[in-house]
Amino acid sequence: MVTSVTSFGRSGLYDWMMQRVTAVVLAAYTIFMIGYMLLNPELDYNQWSALFEGTAMRIFTLLTLLSLVAHAWIGMWSISTDYIKPTGIRFVFQSACGLLAFVYVVWGIQILWGV
Amino acid sequence: MNKKRPVNLDLRTIKQPLPAVTSILHRVTGLILFVGTIFMMYALSLSLESQEGFDAAAALLTESFIAKFIAWGLLSALLYHFFAGIKHLVMDAGYCEEIESGNAAAKATLAISAISIVLAGVWVW
Repeated sequence: MVTSVTSFGRSGLYDWMMQRVTAVVLAAYTIFMIGYMLLNPELDYNQWSALFEGTAMRIFTLLTLLSLVAHAWIGMWSISTDYIKPTGIRFVFQSACGLLAFVYVVWGIQILWGV
Repeated sequence: MNKKRPVNLDLRTIKQPLPAVTSILHRVTGLILFVGTIFMMYALSLSLESQEGFDAAAALLTESFIAKFIAWGLLSALLYHFFAGIKHLVMDAGYCEEIESGNAAAKATLAISAISIVLAGVWVW
């Protein structure tokens, strides 16, 4: 069996499933956000901050953020293993993706719990 | 298999079938969205910071052409990636996998995305 040390779940099937589960979460958040903004064209700061003060919204947003980094990792991994053949450059690219994903998680938690 | 057969993997000289075009666009928009999340997180951070921050974010999105362009660009990538993703899930379920239905699904994805991208432009401006 071929194993890869850099894929998300070390197994293609696991990555495949994870990519789809996270996609559904991301799609749900996308629909919610676009719908919310379309339905509230006169949005003000009080309403906006109250939305993100709610626990349910924080859970939904953090879930989306974690889904985003997992989804993006699997996607960036697929792209880089397809197009970047030299191991060194691919390693640098994947490291940069991992670092950016980590920054998003920390930054997002800071935003959410700073409201 | 004869390993000496000529192989052409030069993407610039291959005529891509429509489903291949939707696939590569799905990858490109995915990369754009991952990097572009920086702007979305910045906007979220600014808008939730304080009343002044919210006003600043709102001002950016109503006055700055560059901010509007970035917002529209990211919305476009998101909408395309969204619809192409739905096509993926449909194909995972075993539909639209034949040449004709696959082409039709690719056409539908491109058409729905194009319409929604124009609407997103109207919304932003």
